[in-house]
Amino acid sequence: MFGKLSWSAIPINEPIDMIAAGLMILAVLCVLAWVTMKGYWPYLWREWLTSVDHKRIGVMYVVLALVMLLRGFTDAVMMRLQQAVSVGPDAGYLPPEHYNQIFSAHGTIMIFFMAMPFVIGLMNFAVPLQLGIRDVAFPTLNSVSLWLTASGILLTNISLVIGEFARTGWLAYPPLSELKYSPGVGVDYYLWALQISGVGTLLSGINLATTILKMRAPGMSYMRMPVFCWTALASNLLIIAAFPVLTATFAMLLLDRYLGMHFFTNDGGGNPMMYVNLIWVWGHPEVYILILPCFGVFSEVVATFSGKPLFGYRSMVAATMAICILSFIVWLHHFFTMGAGANVNGFFGVMTMIIAVPTGVKVYNWMFTMYGGRVRFNAPILWSVGFMVTFVIGGMTGVLLAVPPADFILHNSLFLIAHFHNVIIGGVVFGALAGYMYWFPKAFGFTLDEGWGKVSFWCWFVGFYLAFMPLYYLGMLGMTRRLQHYDNPGWQPWLIVAAVGVAFILAGILALIVQLVVSIRTRDHRRDHTGDPWHGRTLEWSTPSPPPAWNFAVLPQVEREDAYWHMKRRAREERRAAAEALAYAPIHMPLNSPTGFITAFFAVVTGFALIWHIWWLVILGLVGALITTLVFAWRDESEFEIPADELARIDRAHQQAYWAGSAP
Amino acid sequence: MTDTAHDHAPPGGGVTPHDTALHDTAPHDTAPGDSREELLSSLKAYVIGLALAIILTATSFWAAGTHVLWQPGVPIGLAVLAVAQMGVHLVFFLHITTGPDNTNNVLALAFGVLIVFLVVAGSLWIMANLSANTMPPEMMDLHHQR
Repeated sequence: MFGKLSWSAIPINEPIDMIAAGLMILAVLCVLAWVTMKGYWPYLWREWLTSVDHKRIGVMYVVLALVMLLRGFTDAVMMRLQQAVSVGPDAGYLPPEHYNQIFSAHGTIMIFFMAMPFVIGLMNFAVPLQLGIRDVAFPTLNSVSLWLTASGILLTNISLVIGEFARTGWLAYPPLSELKYSPGVGVDYYLWALQISGVGTLLSGINLATTILKMRAPGMSYMRMPVFCWTALASNLLIIAAFPVLTATFAMLLLDRYLGMHFFTNDGGGNPMMYVNLIWVWGHPEVYILILPCFGVFSEVVATFSGKPLFGYRSMVAATMAICILSFIVWLHHFFTMGAGANVNGFFGVMTMIIAVPTGVKVYNWMFTMYGGRVRFNAPILWSVGFMVTFVIGGMTGVLLAVPPADFILHNSLFLIAHFHNVIIGGVVFGALAGYMYWFPKAFGFTLDEGWGKVSFWCWFVGFYLAFMPLYYLGMLGMTRRLQHYDNPGWQPWLIVAAVGVAFILAGILALIVQLVVSIRTRDHRRDHTGDPWHGRTLEWSTPSPPPAWNFAVLPQVEREDAYWHMKRRAREERRAAAEALAYAPIHMPLNSPTGFITAFFAVVTGFALIWHIWWLVILGLVGALITTLVFAWRDESEFEIPADELARIDRAHQQAYWAGSAP
Repeated sequence: MTDTAHDHAPPGGGVTPHDTALHDTAPHDTAPGDSREELLSSLKAYVIGLALAIILTATSFWAAGTHVLWQPGVPIGLAVLAVAQMGVHLVFFLHITTGPDNTNNVLALAFGVLIVFLVVAGSLWIMANLSANTMPPEMMDLHHQR
């Protein structure tokens, strides 16, 4: 009846598991109780859970990412504490099988459920606003994407309480991840969670790419698009090209595990190396899927806070598209040591060095943008400058690792760990947080507290260097990754320094939370009435903060790049007259739809049932998802009309607030 | 913000779903870039495409099973039929044409072909190289490996 599921699946006699799970359940229950007591459910359901508004979906993605940042960071703290003490006779406090689950969960959560939702959320929020349009191409599909991602996250977190998570590392290499060596449900949790959220990511990629290619404001030609839209386009093209590879690879591993096939097994003609090859065909584009939108954020932030147009816009676009193609011919550098010959290693080594060139072009462009500008050192640009310094170091260690002979020494050592945390924290996390602080006033209508933002930045910045520079050194001393215990007492001081660095990063995360709380409490003093708190250059700043559901009452006419900046440069009276002469016409907006939420509910049911081999429930879940789709397909009403006079009323009110708030 | 008309099509001839106020019936059913009229007239194209695809498929099965043809020529013939099949799918089902409003579709196809080529060719090269370098004949079966 219940497949492999029984009461023994709940790890009653593992205190750390139970405490962690208990705290998580308690936190969830507290939130649910609070929402129920305040009577927020109808509001939440109507305005957020069923919303198809790209801005709200973007915000929900970012909320998911921030929550998962806490979860993944907890894993990081546990690993650092373990390695700080577990030398020689001291075994530390984490048993090996638990430690293995933690590093696997840390990698999986941070990449798939923190970094991905964060950048997809920022793209969802900002791209339609920057393009001057009212929503993405497929609004309901967007909601489905969000909730499928949430389904994957939920399944991963259920594994904390019911059963176990993978102990195989974040990419689950076979043969270890095959049924023979991982008979438990951990790998199944990993695979189904990522399959479900992977579908969501792919749909989101299709949605955003279509939006950028087909739905720009009148006059917004490709070479007038903000750089963030270009990087979002490149990133989403990479999603469309790379995620099917991930899905196919996981599908083959699932066939091995569920139907006894032999794609990646040791025997029966299988080849585990094919899995490594395929997973990195996805894996390398994936790092550019994450970093490219962050490059876009830095481009926007640097240009805005320097008060200058971006230096080398065309070279920025060219570099972005070059990376988009080149990222597909470097994947072997993740497995130089696995036995390919000198020709293959040499080719992929050289390609890896070449892909550093467009990134270098970008760094120079950002520096030249700041050069000669009047730089306002708000929090977003601190993250950007911190990124430039940190990312260049990470890039150089990356080029070092691209040299195959050097890689043979450093492969799977802590040097590698330090390198990719250097580029992912220094690049993606700094970029995502810069975007968060940059667009927050647009999303919620009030600015974030600058002081706490700066505290957070400096804690993250110092913490990063303390936590990861020692790992470079330890890697060169020969310490490999994923060690639950080690015998060399000479390594311990460096690992203690790394643990201190994590304490700094913890302070940075706490500062982020304090910043949010303080800003919400003092929101009435920090309202953004003009919609343009940073003197922005792109169209999102021409809307009120927060923008109405339709973003633009009348679609803007774009005449050149940095569209809003040039609109603002026209004479005040001329603009005012133009704004008053606007002719409003009724517009149609998509109706909210629970399709995404309900589909995701059935996806969780199906995934859970597949993991535990409860076949009748699998069928039930699939039928439910199918019926949900059919009901949506046969809907009668998909849009509602907003009458012209209501548009005019709301838009004119914003105009008045703008003219009152902006000094002549 | 001097624009006075709300229903400008974006460059590339696309129709923004929320602006197709002219259509009372579900405008979401059209792919971006297709107007509803084109979609209806393309029903004929789908039928022609389906017929061609069936003919090509049936011919392939016949060629594979028959003894009438010169046997060494059969694989080449099948390859030709397969390529023709791809062409039919691209033109009649995926609407790849040389029209000026079709640049996106053609570019998307080119990008897809490039990526598939890179992944397939690269994987073959890498895996062949790995086998040649790491597997002496007597160790091909990893069960015997110690």
